[in-house]
Amino acid sequence: MSRDFWKAFARNRGAVVGLAILALVVLAAVFANLIYPQSPWDMAAMPFQPPLSDDALLGSDTLGRDIAAGIVHGARVSLLIGLSSTAVALLIGVTLGAIAGYHGGVVDDAIMRFTELFQTIPNFVLAVVLVAIFTPSIANITIAIAVVSWPPLARLARGEFMALRSREFVQAAITTGQGTGTIILRQILPNSLSPIIVSASLTVATAILLESSLSFLGLGDPNVMSWGYMIGAARTVIRQAWWMSFFPGIAILLTVLALNLVGEGLNDALNPKLARKGRA
Amino acid sequence: MAAIASFLGRRLIKSVFILFAIVVINFMLVRAAPGDPAMVMAGEAGAADQQYVEQLREQFGLNRPIHEQLGIYLADVATGDLGYSYRQQRPVWDLIGERLPPTLVLTGFAFVLALTAGVLLGTLAAMRAGTWSDSAITVLALLSYATPIYWVGLMLILLFSVQLGWLPAFGYETVGGGYEGWDRVTDIGAHLILPVVTLGLFYMAVYARLTRASILEVRDMDFVKTARAKGLTEARIVFRHVLRNAILPVITFAGIQAGHLIGGSILIETVFAWPGIGRLAFDAVLQRDYQVLLGIFFVTSVMVIVFNIVTDLVYSLVDPRIEVA
Repeated sequence: MSRDFWKAFARNRGAVVGLAILALVVLAAVFANLIYPQSPWDMAAMPFQPPLSDDALLGSDTLGRDIAAGIVHGARVSLLIGLSSTAVALLIGVTLGAIAGYHGGVVDDAIMRFTELFQTIPNFVLAVVLVAIFTPSIANITIAIAVVSWPPLARLARGEFMALRSREFVQAAITTGQGTGTIILRQILPNSLSPIIVSASLTVATAILLESSLSFLGLGDPNVMSWGYMIGAARTVIRQAWWMSFFPGIAILLTVLALNLVGEGLNDALNPKLARKGRA
Repeated sequence: MAAIASFLGRRLIKSVFILFAIVVINFMLVRAAPGDPAMVMAGEAGAADQQYVEQLREQFGLNRPIHEQLGIYLADVATGDLGYSYRQQRPVWDLIGERLPPTLVLTGFAFVLALTAGVLLGTLAAMRAGTWSDSAITVLALLSYATPIYWVGLMLILLFSVQLGWLPAFGYETVGGGYEGWDRVTDIGAHLILPVVTLGLFYMAVYARLTRASILEVRDMDFVKTARAKGLTEARIVFRHVLRNAILPVITFAGIQAGHLIGGSILIETVFAWPGIGRLAFDAVLQRDYQVLLGIFFVTSVMVIVFNIVTDLVYSLVDPRIEVA
């Protein structure tokens, strides 16, 4: 699988570019303390230094903090929250979707009504309220983003499970007396994994956007530097200092773009039948 | 007609249940917050003594058991009373009624812009699949999809207000402008352009991608070949035959996205100092003004539900094969 997989993935040039950008972001996050040993909150230069000045490559902000250092350190929070909230959303969404799709009937109805509720409440509003009520910390932000991100994953998993439920190999497993849990985890889940992986990569992208939006509004974890916070803090001085909000925005744009491109590449590689036909 | 009436009837009953559940969930959620409104109010007033807090609790019924409070709130909502904002000293309906029109104008224009521009660009890209204009549109869509909307807003302000000075950056209308009639409309219109473009851009990208994918699937079907064999003009084939069949997934998606549009307007209203409901919600969160928050949840959920019903009706208009169900 792995050779063909890489071949199919590499055929999509955008996906390769996306993977390269993503690798850079991951490296920045991992080695942030080596690249910029000083805390990104510390004053590193005169305030309001434009880009390309001596002590600040991308300029400094209103309190003299180095923008470049903030971007490198901010990569950590974005990736951490993007990945962990997607993991939680997958746990909730796939579990509920699997149960609904496998059992059908009343159970399916109940779970789908519940999912619908969450899709009726405007989801960014809900995330804002959750974070504000339970105080902004990395754990709470992760949970809030997960709570608003799981419904599409649940719908997807439900569809997959419904379709696979009536296939022969599942019927065979039921006949041989395997338990429901075993069938769901060992028989159906592995076969429905590829569309779920593709959606998960897009969920990470959306989660990073959501996190940045929350911290833009001042609802980020106050102890860690994040891209959204940098833009939010620089908003009021946009007339004097464009670079303070410009560069963090580019960082978000590139990371989210890379994840979307990788998601398309995964789609090509994992669902070869669909790949070339209807790609948007 | 009878089918539509019974469809509406069933949907309304279902909506009442959904709304009921949403009101209950939100009420519990908001009450789960540490520190009840009485404490917050007392803190604000600078008087933290226990007796004053108790008195406030008594006054607003906060000392009753939670299920009783919920029952009272539900009964109030059922009669159209969303309560009173302790903080702003005004009924919640007044606050929402004042802030709703600017948000409706903003999201409404953004939605129409996103849908028309998105479908048009998506169609253009699909009909020229593989050419440079297709690539350009695809890249543009990919970029708008990946950009945080508040940042797009800031960059547009930077370009069109700060650098070029063409458009106003903040607010709903010129403060103290004293415009009336047409002048006022054009003044609001000028203030509207940047927020609408910002909010619409993201959804335009989504609709363009969907339309393109959907048209690529439809354009080689037999009925399109038949239309071509009949000698119809290309424009007629695209708009009357291909697009009509390809647009269904776009409509579905547009229906689902209604709630997101309102969420997105919190960010847009923050960036452009737009006096709408998103901003009201955000202020209510920060000030722990629970009654207002619950009211906004209720009103926006009603909007999403209405929007979903309208989507289903539009669906059956575009494709008569689908019966309202």
